[in-house]
Amino acid sequence: MDGFMNQTEAEFSYRLWRHDGAQGELIPLLQSAQDHFGYIPRRAIKYISGVAKVPESKIYGVITFYSQFRLQPMGKHAIRMCTGTACHVANAGMLLETIEDELGVEVNGTTEDGTFTLFSVACIGCCSLAPVMMVDDDTHGSLTPVTTRRIVRKVRRKALAGEKKAAAEKPEGDAAASPAKE
Amino acid sequence: MSKILVGMSTCGMSAGAKDTYKTLEGLVDGSDNELTFTGCIGMCFKEPLVEIREGDRRTIYGHVDKKRAKEIYETHVVGGEELPDYIVYQEDGGNACGGSEQQFLERQERIVLRNCGLINPESLEDYEDRDGYQATRKALAEMNPEDIVAELKESGLRGRGGAGFPTGLKWSFCAGYESDVKYVVCNADEGDPGAFMDRSVLEGDPHAVLEGMIICGKAIGAGFGYIYCRAEYPLAIHRLQVAIADATDKGYIGENILGSGFNFDIKIKQGAGAFVCGEETALFASIEGERGMPRIRPPFPAESGVFGKPTNNNNVETYANVPWIISNGGQAYRKYGTEKSPGTKVFALAGKVAKGGLAEVSMGRTIEDILFGIGGGIKEGREFKAVQMGGPSGGCIPAHLKDTPVDFENIPKTGAIMGSGGMVVMDDQTCMVDMARFFLDFTQDESCGKCTFCRIGTLRMLETLERITRGEGEVEDTDMLAELGEQIKQASLCGLGQTAPNPVLSTMRYYMDEFLAHIKHKSCPAGSCQALVDFIIIEEKCEGCGVCAKDCPVDAISGILKQTYVIDIGACVQCGKCLTSCAFDAIYTVGKKVAAS
Ligand code: FES
Repeated sequence: MDGFMNQTEAEFSYRLWRHDGAQGELIPLLQSAQDHFGYIPRRAIKYISGVAKVPESKIYGVITFYSQFRLQPMGKHAIRMCTGTACHVANAGMLLETIEDELGVEVNGTTEDGTFTLFSVACIGCCSLAPVMMVDDDTHGSLTPVTTRRIVRKVRRKALAGEKKAAAEKPEGDAAASPAKE
Repeated sequence: MSKILVGMSTCGMSAGAKDTYKTLEGLVDGSDNELTFTGCIGMCFKEPLVEIREGDRRTIYGHVDKKRAKEIYETHVVGGEELPDYIVYQEDGGNACGGSEQQFLERQERIVLRNCGLINPESLEDYEDRDGYQATRKALAEMNPEDIVAELKESGLRGRGGAGFPTGLKWSFCAGYESDVKYVVCNADEGDPGAFMDRSVLEGDPHAVLEGMIICGKAIGAGFGYIYCRAEYPLAIHRLQVAIADATDKGYIGENILGSGFNFDIKIKQGAGAFVCGEETALFASIEGERGMPRIRPPFPAESGVFGKPTNNNNVETYANVPWIISNGGQAYRKYGTEKSPGTKVFALAGKVAKGGLAEVSMGRTIEDILFGIGGGIKEGREFKAVQMGGPSGGCIPAHLKDTPVDFENIPKTGAIMGSGGMVVMDDQTCMVDMARFFLDFTQDESCGKCTFCRIGTLRMLETLERITRGEGEVEDTDMLAELGEQIKQASLCGLGQTAPNPVLSTMRYYMDEFLAHIKHKSCPAGSCQALVDFIIIEEKCEGCGVCAKDCPVDAISGILKQTYVIDIGACVQCGKCLTSCAFDAIYTVGKKVAAS
């Protein structure tokens, strides 16, 4: 785990180093920090503040303004249920309840085992196939409670299998304990 | 040798186009057939789509899953025998000649979508084959900035992002300011839920947008362009990146473009999830790395926009029109549409419409023409109730106004707005009170908090609507909503607040009886507001599995395995748990019976 953190930090600082001080680079920097850590850790804010010469308080203000940024680590898989207009009309509310029931968490919550974080978003641009959800980068359309549960269970099974494999390879490993890592 | 094209935009992929592509990849391997992909042709309801192109003959198949892909490959591509049952559209030598959805495409007029679904969006050659970058050539070599602006004025093109401001005029403002640095901004922050035409254009024909921006740069004397794209559109961003890199390699972007001495660079800015950034001054703030809050105007962007420099901002669809206008002339553009709203407009059909997808038509065609002529009417033959236009700033147009021509003059008369062209269709099962609540919930959440009326006023309205949908509404509530709505409109700085009450005001205007049913009779006629409905099990659908009875927290459901279960309405607490657990779609809600009075 240490190795992983060091590695991304190195890569992340590479981007920072390349940061040419152009005006308006703050949001892209935060985005790349989040890409690497899965969220924006305290020390990344400090770091960016030093390099980009923007006060920490202002960075914090920007982070909290945009819904994309997270200050908390996230589960291994992100489920984004669309609750935009078209999906709403197609009963997305009920599907959101279905996922909440299946995962045992509410919107913006992360499951205890760190596998899933559930989000609700307004429109993924796939309205003609409403209701729609995204699991990580995959979009699934025309959902019903049954297909929704099936998709979620499939991802969970895969995640569990992956974990078991990882644990077998590295006996002392505790994959579930570091949900921030991809 | 055939060319096989798989529709791979977000809509195609969410319907399983990736699997289809993989299957075909395996089959094509080793043969002389060519496999490639394309953007969205607009028939989202038939995705995944696969086209077989043999010379001039194009055959498009719909709902192509892995199994069907194999069948099509073996029978059509290898065996030479078409499979008419699955054909959705067919064309020979440019003339439509069959397919179940021939009308869907035939009834459209495509300028913006001219290349979508035809070319590989990640191939510059494909775009060039369809006269790509000819408009740029013309604009840079033969036209001076005034000519370009004049051509746009002539075309009468109006901004496609919602407000409908004449594009040529806008460009001339910005051209009129002296400055060493100016910016061209493309708003690709398509925030209206229910509208997805910009995503489709970016995913299906990214170069057209780049071209529009380059030509704009030349017209206003700008050297830099920003595309501000939503982070929710990863594929669009990817295709833009590819397009920018290719165009730069080929010398369409960069220094001394095509030897004309004109320099222009384009950068992508990824949005970070804030609806208010669709508002142009907020968008500029976000480009600058600030919190995306709107700024007071004047000064207008043409004078002081991004980093305080003169800036021209249009949306994706507007720019995508530009190359066509430059190539074909403003007069040709005017042949489409109406006198005051020339040209075509892309509409995104979604919701309870039978054929959800994209339709580009001349302005001024009626709602009925678009929804029924192209969209195929309402799903499952249900009753058409309303169509929502303009997203959270717009309103609902009721069924009896379906003859309204769709253009910048007539739509506002109904209380809705053109918006960016999303049409969310509603049927008799959609509750209008709930829709009003839904939109307010959205804007309330997205309000940036700068203006008090927008920040707190919308919250009060939302709370009131929530009470009504829970059955706790009072008769005075509707007056209060109307009054507060007007005040919010008056006292907000930007478009978000000024329009936030619109969905509520327009639904109250047309559906007051539904509001009163919720308030007085504590019943939701559409069977949608959970607290005001009865849950019923449909006998024909129930398989008697007993899952609902097990899940019910108050034991209101009883029955015998393998026989129809029943819900005791008196004991039911309307939690909705059974709805989410039934695997047979057998549970159904109806408005509470109103006691005869
Ligand atoms: S409303 Fe759900 S994808 Fe657009």
